[in-house]
Amino acid sequence: MQRSWWKILAVLLLLYTFTAGFLVQVPVIGNLYQTIRNLFFHVPMWFGQMILLLVSMIFSIRYLRSGNLVDDIKAREFARTGIIFGILGLVTGAIWATYTWGEPWSNDPKQIAVAIALLIYLAYFVLRNSMPDIDKRARVSSVYNIFGYFIYVPLIMVLPRLVQSLHPGGEGVEGNPALGGQDLDPAMRMVFWPAVFGWTLLGVWMTTLLIRISKLKEKNWIHA
Amino acid sequence: MRKYFLLIILFLSSAFQLMAQPTADPSTMESHGKIYVVMAVCITIFTGIVIYLIRIDSKIASLEKKND
Repeated sequence: MQRSWWKILAVLLLLYTFTAGFLVQVPVIGNLYQTIRNLFFHVPMWFGQMILLLVSMIFSIRYLRSGNLVDDIKAREFARTGIIFGILGLVTGAIWATYTWGEPWSNDPKQIAVAIALLIYLAYFVLRNSMPDIDKRARVSSVYNIFGYFIYVPLIMVLPRLVQSLHPGGEGVEGNPALGGQDLDPAMRMVFWPAVFGWTLLGVWMTTLLIRISKLKEKNWIHA
Repeated sequence: MRKYFLLIILFLSSAFQLMAQPTADPSTMESHGKIYVVMAVCITIFTGIVIYLIRIDSKIASLEKKND
């Protein structure tokens, strides 16, 4: 295997997350009780997705500048892992919501927005697969990917904050008080940020595996 | 490769030894609403996934070597 320090770091950070995440003293807020520990598992999925999709967009920009098909492969695989993180985030969120908001899907603005965001990225793959010409496919889908990211960010970061939301941070949060940015418990913060970093690195590891497989499979095109 | 396995096994064995030690409180695993059981399950699953990833990684590496 390709040895890298960051793979070890990812494993250690996540072992820390799984240990400290269950042991750390958490404040009792609203009706969350112990489910607040989901902060170390559910929320990093979204942070990880944002970072992975950002990297994907950067590689799309790089492809448009360089014309190197490897950059397009990287953009594609980072988007793929990003979608997987998004689906996991959506499912874990639904499980969490069942026991705190009363139902798995309550048409919360953030739920709807991430569902749309996921569809945008699924459409990225539909678009890719609809074009047989390799260079055209890479160019068009790179442009789409860059546009997609700038729709995705307002969808999940801006819009849910402008309206009433069950998620923390929404305007006029009622019913279920939860963690906002500033009042995150310091002890939880000590677990939360390593968790975000660890989950993201794990996503990067999976992505590099996908990229290496793609490079093997498509090496005839890359060098053509 | 071996380094990774060693690291993980070392980490895990120390964690489980701590749990298995017959201390003054014999019910470590049973305390706090048995939350440690959930923790052990999660760590086990995570370790399995990591070992799986390492194996995939090394399989790809050997394929890459063949293709060079």
